[in-house]
Amino acid sequence: MSKLLIKGNDALIRGAVLAGCRFYFGYPITPASEIAESAAKFMPRVGGTFLQAESEVAAINMVYGAAGGGVRVMTASSSPGISLKQEGVSYAAGAELPCLIVDIMRGGPGLGNIAPEQSDYNQVVKGGGHGNYKCPVLAPNSGQEMADMTGLAFDLAEKYRTPVYILADGFTGQMMEPVEFGDPLGALPRKDWAIYGDKESKHNLISSIFLNAEDLEEHNIKLQKKYATIEDNEVRVEEFMIDDAEYVLIGYGIISRILKTVVEKLRDDGLKFGLLRPKTLFPFPKKIIDNLSTRVKKFLVVEMSNGQMVEDVRLVVLGRSPVEFYGRMGGVVPSTNEIYEYTKSIIE
Amino acid sequence: MASKVLQKPKSFYDIYERNPGTDKKMPHYCPGCGHGNVHKFIAEALDDFEITDKTILISPVGCSVFAYYYFDTGNIQAAHGRAPAVATGIKRAYPESIVISYQGDGDLAAIGTAEILHAANRGENLTVFFINNAIYGMTGGQMAPTTLVGQRTTTTPTGRNSRNEGFPIKVAELISQLHAPVYVERVALFDNKHRARARMAVRKALKNQVENLGFSLVEILSACPSGWKMDPVDSLHWIRDVMLPQFPLGVYKDVTKEVEPYPIDHFNPTAKETKELLEINTEKGDKKLTRVTPRPGFENPEIKVAGFGGQGVLLLGAALAQAGLLEDYHVSWLPSYGPEMRGGTANCHVNIRDIEIGSPMVSNPTVLIALNRPSLEKFEEDVVKDGLIIYDTSLIDIDVKRKDVKILAIPATEIADKLGNTRTANMVTLAAYAAYTGLFSKEVLYETLKSAIKRKRLQEINRKAIDEGYEFGLKNH
Ligand SMILES: Cc1ncc(C[n+]2csc(CCOP(=O)(O)OP(=O)(O)O)c2C)c(N)n1
Ligand code: SF4
Repeated sequence: MSKLLIKGNDALIRGAVLAGCRFYFGYPITPASEIAESAAKFMPRVGGTFLQAESEVAAINMVYGAAGGGVRVMTASSSPGISLKQEGVSYAAGAELPCLIVDIMRGGPGLGNIAPEQSDYNQVVKGGGHGNYKCPVLAPNSGQEMADMTGLAFDLAEKYRTPVYILADGFTGQMMEPVEFGDPLGALPRKDWAIYGDKESKHNLISSIFLNAEDLEEHNIKLQKKYATIEDNEVRVEEFMIDDAEYVLIGYGIISRILKTVVEKLRDDGLKFGLLRPKTLFPFPKKIIDNLSTRVKKFLVVEMSNGQMVEDVRLVVLGRSPVEFYGRMGGVVPSTNEIYEYTKSIIE
Repeated sequence: MASKVLQKPKSFYDIYERNPGTDKKMPHYCPGCGHGNVHKFIAEALDDFEITDKTILISPVGCSVFAYYYFDTGNIQAAHGRAPAVATGIKRAYPESIVISYQGDGDLAAIGTAEILHAANRGENLTVFFINNAIYGMTGGQMAPTTLVGQRTTTTPTGRNSRNEGFPIKVAELISQLHAPVYVERVALFDNKHRARARMAVRKALKNQVENLGFSLVEILSACPSGWKMDPVDSLHWIRDVMLPQFPLGVYKDVTKEVEPYPIDHFNPTAKETKELLEINTEKGDKKLTRVTPRPGFENPEIKVAGFGGQGVLLLGAALAQAGLLEDYHVSWLPSYGPEMRGGTANCHVNIRDIEIGSPMVSNPTVLIALNRPSLEKFEEDVVKDGLIIYDTSLIDIDVKRKDVKILAIPATEIADKLGNTRTANMVTLAAYAAYTGLFSKEVLYETLKSAIKRKRLQEINRKAIDEGYEFGLKNH
């Protein structure tokens, strides 16, 4: 099977179609627009639906409607659009609807700019909307993963009946890399909770209302149990040269690619550095970091933000080893050299 | 006959199990509330058309949020104002189902204005029932967008002041102005005659959807005795005497006789078809090309290509990556993007590597391909020691200052002009680079053209460009 040289945003849609997604509702925004454009091209071709909604609010609610029908459905946007979708995501989490939301992050706050940032970590990984919920969050760092993680996202979404995010940045979306595609998924099994517009399914109810406090508490407890199961079973990481590492760099998305080059360079210098890349941000690789913190001299977390994921690392490490942070904001992507120099400075 | 009239429609549940309250027989609405009437008309119509099983009711946020207690249909509860979007989603998934968006005036005409307008404008094949009671019932009687001027509500304690709150929104009039909706009518619930008319409108709006005719909306002037702080009888008079003059009844639009039914087609491609439609069936294009060995010092290049937008900078970079892929290298291509892109300049970062690529970003290129002067000036200093700078001498009238790098100065634009197409300068440069470094064979470059240049008629001239550039590169290394 040969590979195609295509943009991450384009790979994502083709991957989603192969994973059985036939419905896309979205509103254009740079740097996620190619996803909408790809969806506009491919969804109708394969008998699916592409609809440019009037807003991100409408788009996520269209997703909510279609997800209630048990079909594989997605939307994609970038940071300001994700802020708008939060109400809808909360409803979908409350009603336990599987769906895929893609966030190709850009610079903020406000209109910010269209350069890549990672400042949506908090609003995506921590729930973001109102209520006690979280969504699994996958963080690809290559074109191949942009394609492959769609399948994983839908599988997790259906397995746990939850919205799932793919959280990427402008670089991962815009970059072209060779991507290999597998075979399309066959027909999806019927879901016993969904509404198909027929007699068998009409007694199902898609709703997030629980009028009595006790009932809503019970529902929330059920959700928390689900999140705990996800934390137990679905952590995914990439480890690079970590077995004998004295220092561990932690980063996700495009930053992890830069960190990998930095680790290569540091290893050339004879320094024992390794890289831990969370591929899932919720669930966060707590156990792995916990184990590392008993033997690692120092952690360095690098993000294109004011330091959002680093808080999660610190919560696990609990002061057992120093956790340093290096961040750039506003869409400035740190260079390999810059991180390399910084890294050297913190080991002296 | 009489007993038949009094019978509860089958489309209602017998017992309202979903109501967590103790009384599972009575609806939750206040005495004299219009919602109950409308529910009954809908249920009766569903019975008569035998569409209960395939109906999906979207309940809004408002007093009718619990419509799913009653209707023995599929039920989806939506966020405040979003019912038309939710309805759109499920209707697109199941075009044969009957989808109803049931909304109050706050839901539809305030917070959900965008959703209703655009669902109507798209002509979604939906039925919308719009309960206009000129007030927010559920939240305790605040002003609605349809509240009348002068009407007292808890948030307009001295009456709605048009200078502060504007005027009531006339939804039926508004929606009927759009092209797509097929049927828009305003009815009112205050006496038997008008109830009968409302019942007919509800039926027609549903029938339209059964016949796939498109978007129908019925606005129903409806009593909210609790919100209005009136008894049920006075409320009916208020509809007649106060609301009616402001909200004239009637059919605002009906083109149901003129429109064609929506076609519903199902297309389910096979696995093989799907792959072809996604353009990922590349087996046939699989060509094994042997990798040539680059000259020492030119392995694993980290390349920056820069120039004006329109010079084919991004294409040059993409072609490099494609050529690398054909020779089974790991490759990445990253376009300039974001703030870097302003001012009409473009650049891209290309990695071609034996092993997996870490950072796709090229901050310190081993190869700089500069197609205009600003690019050379901007990036010259970033090139690594012993790196390579290639620049177009036809457009760049300065020399490279660096003494510790290799230089390939090529009049690429001049060569391209001689070929008869300035725009092939990028391919001339690409080929010169390939030949100079020994990174790619000419055969690979030809192959690359096939995917890089989409337009067939440009293939030939670009092949010539590659020949010229390749020759130049070989001569000058
Ligand atoms: C986002 C959001 N904002 C506000 C509310 C509070 N709220 C609930 S119902 C309602 C108004 C309902 O009025 P209307 O749509 O006229 O329906 P009625 O109750 O009169 O039938 C409001 C403002 C909410 N649930 N969600
Ligand atoms: S508050 Fe008004 S709209 Fe709500 S149930 Fe009572 S009468 Fe009906």
